[in-house]
Amino acid sequence: MDIGWFLAVSALIFTIGAAGVLTRRSPLVILLCLELMLNAANLALIAFARMHGNHDGQIFAIIVMVVAACEVTVGLGVIVAMHRRRLPIDVDEMQELHG
Amino acid sequence: MGELLFFVAGLGAVAGAIGVVAVRNPFYSVLALVSHLLCLAALFLLLRAEFVAAAQVVVYAGAVMVLYVFVVAYVGGQDEPLSPRDGRGLRALSAIFGAVLFVELCIATLGSGLQLIDTNGVAAPASFGSPEAIGTLLLTKFLVPFEVASFLLLIAAVGAVVLARRRGGLTATEEQARYSAMDILRPAYTGTMAEAVGERHSLPAGATNTQTPAEAKAEAES
Repeated sequence: MDIGWFLAVSALIFTIGAAGVLTRRSPLVILLCLELMLNAANLALIAFARMHGNHDGQIFAIIVMVVAACEVTVGLGVIVAMHRRRLPIDVDEMQELHG
Repeated sequence: MGELLFFVAGLGAVAGAIGVVAVRNPFYSVLALVSHLLCLAALFLLLRAEFVAAAQVVVYAGAVMVLYVFVVAYVGGQDEPLSPRDGRGLRALSAIFGAVLFVELCIATLGSGLQLIDTNGVAAPASFGSPEAIGTLLLTKFLVPFEVASFLLLIAAVGAVVLARRRGGLTATEEQARYSAMDILRPAYTGTMAEAVGERHSLPAGATNTQTPAEAKAEAES
């Protein structure tokens, strides 16, 4: 398959993730949509690595996966802390830093 | 064969992504993301990234998603209520934003004028993407990013434990009243194991405490 097709799929997945971050209100689902966007970026990186025939893009994708795991860990920790304090799990209700 | 596999896996990945966004129950969103990740791993295999595909399935679809399922089960995977505030206007606006973003990304990637973009990529050796090649690179050329990543994982693990600790940070007032007898001895909630498991704190030997818990509770409530 042409590399361009993979890049088109990657763009589509990134778009869906971005639209999800904008429309959903549960922070859990927003984290899931962030995962979608990171995975789309991973797909583009690996497609370009295949195109150039060297491994640098694949290493970059692995590092992105590590950073995504860190982000998930801290994000889920924040959500659990919110739940412990009986705060609503809803980003529209979390307006203390609204300005 | 490659084309068929691409279309099956690509359609699965896009369908999984749409499922994550469209389903209202967070639990089903997580399950849709798992199927999305598996399809994406198939796409990685088509791109000759065997090690990344294996790591994707084991680490992502395995470990990280289990973490998600645990948290969804803990927080309560109730359906998202339909709020009167987000009207049709905002939803349409975000759809327009998504469409514009998609067009822009397509222009940025497909219209980049790269000559190899309409080919199958350059000819790669048989060991392309194998664990051996990736491991060699990680321990030679990319040693510093590798070590920094491991340190980042450590920081994230410690941070998650601190954030999600049982008595961590600022707590509600009634919870402070339960423990206020020890406030004069040390700053409250600086973290002992007894607090972490929710037991009452016993005073260390030799420490004098003239305040009874009842008085302390009354003081905290006032």
